[in-house]
Amino acid sequence: MRLATIIGTVVATRKDSRLEGKKLLICQYVNPDGEDEAGYVVAVDTVSAGFHEKVLIVQGSSARMASGCKDIPVDAAVVGIVDEVSQD
Amino acid sequence: MIIAKVVGNVVATQKEPTHHGHKILLIQPLDLSGAEIGDAFLALDDVDAGVGDRVLVVQEGWSAAAAVGEEMAPIDASVVGVVDNVDIT
Repeated sequence: MRLATIIGTVVATRKDSRLEGKKLLICQYVNPDGEDEAGYVVAVDTVSAGFHEKVLIVQGSSARMASGCKDIPVDAAVVGIVDEVSQD
Repeated sequence: MIIAKVVGNVVATQKEPTHHGHKILLIQPLDLSGAEIGDAFLALDDVDAGVGDRVLVVQEGWSAAAAVGEEMAPIDASVVGVVDNVDIT
């Protein structure tokens, strides 16, 4: 899983029918200190995450195990909203 | 999924049976400012995308095959949406 910040949304009216009704969030990868890392991913929202929230992203086939993502063609899902990151 | 631009088509007559009937698109990944980033790759088409379209691409095996209606097929990338808008806050 990766840490990311929600920085936007993607609107796509013409898309696979199984993606209808799914919110597509633009997730900027961040490091544990909250600083931007290189890269982004467009992920399906499963936890009603809001803009600027720090979230947990799961990618690959595991994304299809997320709530409401069974049998839909996705490779990334937002599966948690981060309360706190603590490091030594 | 990533945002990318369709930059071309590939024709292959001799190929996997499960690939027949699906358009092969040349896909250039984009960063969030719209600039090209990384190398182009190939994806099958699920949404009738054309050259110049900005698209959403899935790169996981089951998802990519399911997107074009195949099962147990050697497909690792498919176009699953045509992007209307990218809204960055």
